[in-house]
Order: sequence, then structure tokens, then C-alpha cells
Amino acid sequence: MSSAVEAGPGASPDQPAAIAAINVTKRFPGVLANDAVDFCVWPGEVHTILGENGAGKSTLAAMLCGLYRPDEGHIERNGLPVRLRSPRDGLAHGIGMVHQHFRLVDRFTVAENVVLGDPDQTRILDYREIEKRVAEIGDQFGLPIDPRALISNLTVGQRQRVEIVKMLYRGADVLLLDEPTAVLTPPEVEALFTTVRSMTSEGKALVFISHKLGEVMEISDRVTVMRAGAVTGEVATSETNQRHLAELMVGRPVEVDTRRGSATTTDVAFTATGLTVLDAGQTVVDNVDITVHRGEIVGIAGVAGNGQRPLARALAGVIKPNKGRVTIGDNDVTGKGPKAARRAGLSFVPEDRLGTGLVPGLSLTDNMLLTRKRGFFVDRKSARAEIAASIDAYEIKTPGTEAEARNLSGGNSQKVLLARELAGLGESGGPQAIIVSSPTRGLDIGAAEFVRGLLHEARQRGAAVLIISEDLEEVRSLSDRMAVLYRGRIALEGRTDELPFESIGLAMAGVAEEETA
Amino acid sequence: MNDAVFVLTLAAAVGAAVPIALAALGELLAETSGVLNLGVEGMMLIGAVMAFQVGDATGSLWLALLVGSLAGALFSSIHAFLCVTLRANQIVSGLALVIFGTGLSTFIGKSIEGKPLDTDFTPIRWGFLADIPVLGPLLFDQDPMVYATIAIAIAITLYLNRTKAGLAVRAVGESPGTADTMGVAVAATRYVHVMLGGLLAGMAGAYLVLGQVPSWSQDGTTAGIGWIALALVVFASWRPLRVLLGAFLFGFARRANFWLQGEDWAPDIPAEFLSMLPYLLTIAVLVVWGSRDLRRRVGSPSALGVPYDRAER
Repeated sequence: MSSAVEAGPGASPDQPAAIAAINVTKRFPGVLANDAVDFCVWPGEVHTILGENGAGKSTLAAMLCGLYRPDEGHIERNGLPVRLRSPRDGLAHGIGMVHQHFRLVDRFTVAENVVLGDPDQTRILDYREIEKRVAEIGDQFGLPIDPRALISNLTVGQRQRVEIVKMLYRGADVLLLDEPTAVLTPPEVEALFTTVRSMTSEGKALVFISHKLGEVMEISDRVTVMRAGAVTGEVATSETNQRHLAELMVGRPVEVDTRRGSATTTDVAFTATGLTVLDAGQTVVDNVDITVHRGEIVGIAGVAGNGQRPLARALAGVIKPNKGRVTIGDNDVTGKGPKAARRAGLSFVPEDRLGTGLVPGLSLTDNMLLTRKRGFFVDRKSARAEIAASIDAYEIKTPGTEAEARNLSGGNSQKVLLARELAGLGESGGPQAIIVSSPTRGLDIGAAEFVRGLLHEARQRGAAVLIISEDLEEVRSLSDRMAVLYRGRIALEGRTDELPFESIGLAMAGVAEEETA
Repeated sequence: MNDAVFVLTLAAAVGAAVPIALAALGELLAETSGVLNLGVEGMMLIGAVMAFQVGDATGSLWLALLVGSLAGALFSSIHAFLCVTLRANQIVSGLALVIFGTGLSTFIGKSIEGKPLDTDFTPIRWGFLADIPVLGPLLFDQDPMVYATIAIAIAITLYLNRTKAGLAVRAVGESPGTADTMGVAVAATRYVHVMLGGLLAGMAGAYLVLGQVPSWSQDGTTAGIGWIALALVVFASWRPLRVLLGAFLFGFARRANFWLQGEDWAPDIPAEFLSMLPYLLTIAVLVVWGSRDLRRRVGSPSALGVPYDRAER
């Protein structure tokens, strides 16, 4: 089989592939998740599986690590067919997966997590030996970690290191990293890439799953692009570029560059001054000042858990700030509740789509009605017409206007929510300001492009847009001005095109407080 | 002050602590694996009545203790089946176990109601150590079950903190999803530890009829000790050695009336009120525990009371 597949850079062609999927097909009820997919990784290379949400990359990875079994085709390890029945089986064959959602016990130490479920441990655990080995692996691969630290005291980046150390400790030499950079700050991404390079130089094979083109170009040797369950191309990164990859991913030419300008007006639409929120005695939003002008998009970046959620909720009136004021236009709406904020012209897309954004058990029509002006009786007819138009415009995949919101996929429910909140934004009589948490999270490239377009149109019409997102690229590509939130404080702010990337990265990592890694 | 009575009370508190400690250590094992079993009282009753029957029939103290313990374990498997396999509500199932245990033990105990049982655990005297003032009677002149209980608590501490299996149990109670991914058999772990809990609860009940109360009676044998044990696990923040300490405290509360009634300085409190002491202490513990913050701080297993369903992870 090795003759069928070209050797990538950094690989030695006389060796069999470290792991390969041969013509694998996987079906789920109603979906062909993987359709006759071929994929292989050589020892010492990074091979990326690139694709949009739902393209089938996670399914492929799940088959490679033993989580799923292929319906047709098979998996080969070092040129020999293997049957993997569980992730444990995979690990026994030296295949380790680092999931996007970490599989760690928060109240355990690093060392305890590393050996949990390890069949090779002695009956009575020798923690001194385990801790020594964990530290050694950390040193070897640039993953500094204190084996005795409690997981709950670690940052997200450090937890990821623990996951990788865990796999290396168990002797994995094929590592699958599922969207590993989604939760990291730019300096952490750099550190991860250094680790990845030191692992490949030791002859380990890495599978990187991602949809971020820039990173893919930087870290991988080869890229397999997937769309709708099938492989649309396999290319060496040295022979391609972002635009080409995006085309393979979406199936048509796409605009990778982004539009940006300065605010169209200097009218203040929306301000927060000295906003402070306490949660269980902890300051989660600390003296935040934000001003958004009409015709302007302002972005708030930051790693998850630095106060984004309470900030958004306090701004939208869902929770009452402990200190500070929020004004929309000329109205002081501080602590007056979400209804007052809406009446003053503020739309809100919360990060929790199903739950606080949409009511899972209500139809799409009724979800639309929630924020529409109503008299004594609701006007279902116009709401139905509105959602029907949105289903076309946003290409929402749903059985119809009366389907329950809970039955929609993440991306589609996201679109319904955006359709409701973006309607009439910036038009006279409509809302004049909007707070959007992660506007394009979970959307495919086409839909994300469409949503960005809508936000820009609203901006052109004079709406004030505030974006709060953990995806730095999203903030940078959309906003005129941006700020970085770190531990509830604004750590950095300025015009997006004037802020150097390094400063943003350092601000997200809280430079002063980060230990020198 | 009547020192002799006080020392006697302390020594008696050690014996009174044994059934509380055993039941609480069992519950600690079940809860560490993430299963709350409110049925301690029911399991103790089953253990007690079975031990009495066997003791009555054979006259063998140790055989009676063994059968009582095994009966507790078998009885607790009902809870394991309902909560682990069928993922039933653990509170409802635990309460059902109490009611079922009460009824079943009354039925089994019909023939022996009020009958005295002529067995007792003989204290072990540790030579001259037993003659040390205060400490002697307290620590070196107790029955074998006292020492067995201390050994069990130490063994559980080592098991949970030092062994591979213990690590797996704690992981199952903290984050069953993680444990499952890492190759730990979640359901089997929970079954085993719920049944170990039943075993120790059954042993606690057996010890009561064999060593402490003179005869079997459904409402007088356990007298709410199972509920005290539940509170004790919380009070001890899921630490086996603290369970021992706490059990001694509750044991002392159970025996304090002997001492207080004989003291001149003690106010003239009716005996009925003094007997309430352990229960008041239980309520106080549970009320204080009511605060969420505190629960987080004392280290309640994160997945306690939550059924594990692999499909929902």
C-alpha cells in the first residue's frame, strides 16, 4: 500500500506509514460521515486533516484512535492491519488522542491523571517514580509541568500539556490532536508548535485536526482536505497556499481577506463605564470601560473564562453589575433588566445558544416571536413569514418553520438566533446596537462569510456592534477597534490595524503574571 | 468531678463508635465511587437480624458476624442494580432500601423478638498497657471489633490514596466520563463499592446485636445509627481516619447521658433530652453542610448522586 501514497517531507519512504486508514467508510443514521477515505501519516511528520464542521474529520480521527470502528475498510499500523475496539485498544497500539474537551479529573494531580487506567502500573502506585517520569517527559518535549499540581489550578494551556504528557507516558507514538489551538493564547500556540516539532524530530507521527488555515500552513507537512465526508485533496504544504486550501475545503473560490475600516460616525451608541461584576466574592469583571460608536464594530478578545460571559450578561442587562453604568443611546439601563435594554435598542446573541438564546422546546416560529413586539395576541403569521425568509437567506437546514429548536444542529440553531437578533439592525425603528458572543463559532466558512457580511451591512447602516469572542482571528478580522480581556480587566485596547499581533498575544496571556515558560 | 464515671463513659464511647464507624466507612466507599446510598439503616437492620438468627441457631459469634455482613452486601446489591444499571434516582432508591429493610427484618425477626442472645465479644487486654490510667481502658482493653474497625479505616485510607484500584474508584466518583475513557470499568467499580458499603453496614448491624444490645427489636437495635453514619461521612469530609474520630464523638454523645446524669454540676436535664444528643449533632452537621460553598470545600465527590450514562457524555 505504501506505493500508492506519496511520501511526505520529513518522512522516509522505505518505512511503512505509522498509521493509515485504507478506504474507510463510516455511516451514521442518515449521514455518510466518511466515504471511502484514504489517509496515512509517516513517522516524523505532521499531517493535518482540514475541513469544516461536519466534513467528517472528527469521524476519521475517531476511527484512527479506536473510538469508532469503520463500517468498511480498515486501519493499518506500521503496515499491518489492526482492529481497534476502544480508545484503550488504540493506546495499547501506541495511538493517543488529545480531545478538544480534555479528559482530566479536576481534583486529581497531574501524576494521578497520567496513570489513571494505565494497565502497566503496579498495584500499589509508586508516585515518586511516576512523578519523575512525568517531569522527564515534560523536559524532553518542552512541556514543563509540575506533576504534583492539581488540574483545577492549571490554565487551559497547561491542561493540554497534561493530556499530551499522558499520551506520551503511555508510550503513544501516533498522536492525534483535535483542534488543539482553539483554546490557546498565541504564545501558548507557539509553545505547542515547538512541542509538536520536538515530537516529530523524535520520529513520532502527528495528526492535526483543524480548520484554521494559517496554522495549518505553519505546522503541517501535508494536508488532507475533507468535504462532506470525502477527501477533496491531499497536498504538501510546500506546494499550496491558504487560498487553494480554502477552495478545496469549501468547493468554490472564497474571499479570505477581510474588510475593515474606521467608524462611519462619532456618535456614541453604547457605553459601559467602570463596570464591575462579582461572582461568589470574586471579581470577574473589573472596572471595564467600553464605548461603541454608531457605525463601528468593536471586538473583545481573550482566552475563555476571563470574564467574557459575565461581561456580556451585564451589558445586556441579564445580570446587575455591582458597580458601573451601562447606557444605550441616551438611556441609562444599568440593572434595569434585559427588557429595558431591548427597549432601548439593544440586541443580544448570548454564547449559550440553546438555553439562553433559543428555547429548545419551542418551534422556530415561536422562538422568533420571543423578541418581537406583541400585543395581547401574538402575530404568528408575520413571524412565520420572517423565519421562512431567514431559512432561505441563511440556508438553515430544518424540516420547516414549525420544527423544534432543539432538533437543529449547532450551526443551524446559531443561524436562527442570528436571524432573529440581526433583523432590522441599524434600520430606523429597529435595534441600533448589538452584542454578539462568538458570531461565527460553529458555522462553516460559507455561513461565516454570510454572517460577517450581515454585520458589516449593519455597521454601514450605522449600527453599533460589539463582538465578544475567544477566537482571536475572528475578532481581528471583524472589528474596527478591539480590546483584550484578561482576568476581567481590559488589558489592551486600540485600533485593530494598529495593534501588533505580539502585544495582543502577550495581553491575552497576561504577560506580567505568566511564569516564564 | 466523678473521674471514674467519666473514664468509663469514654471507654464505652469507643464501643459505641464501632457500629457508627463501620457503617460510615462503608458509605464512604460507596460515595467515593459516586453512589449515594441512603439505605444504611435498612442494610444494618438486615445485617443485625441475620446475625441474630445465625447466632441464635449456632451460637457462633464469628459465623453470625460473617453472615450478617454478607446479608448486608447482598441487600445493597438491590441499590447497585437500581442506581447503576437502571440509573434510578439514588435518593429514592436509598429510601426504598430503608423501608424495605425495615419490613423485611421485622418479618425475619418474628421468631426471635425479645429473645436474649448469649453472645458477647471478649475484650482483649494488652497486658500492663491496659492498666495505664485513662488510656488503658480507652485503647488497650477493648473488644476485637474495635481494633478491626481501626484496621479497616487505615486499610481504606491506603487503598484509596496509594493503589491503582483506589485511584480508579476516586476517578469514577469525580468524573465517570474521564474514567471510562481511560479504560476504567465504571459500572463494575460502582457495583463493587456499593456492595462493600453494604458489607460494612451489615457488619455494623451484626455487631450491634452481637455485642451491644441484649436482644433483637426492629426499632431498638439500630436506633437511627444508619442516619448518623450518613451525616458522619459528610462531617468527616470523606476521609476514613476522620470518620474514626467523628464516630468517637458521636459515640460519646450516645453515652454521655451516663456521665452527665451523675454529675453535680450538670443541670438537671431529663434523660430523654440527653438521648437526643447524637441526633441533634447529626442535624447540626447536615444544616451546616447545606451551604454549597462548604460542600465544595470539604471535597464531596463531584459526581456523587449522578448516574453515569456513556451516551450522554
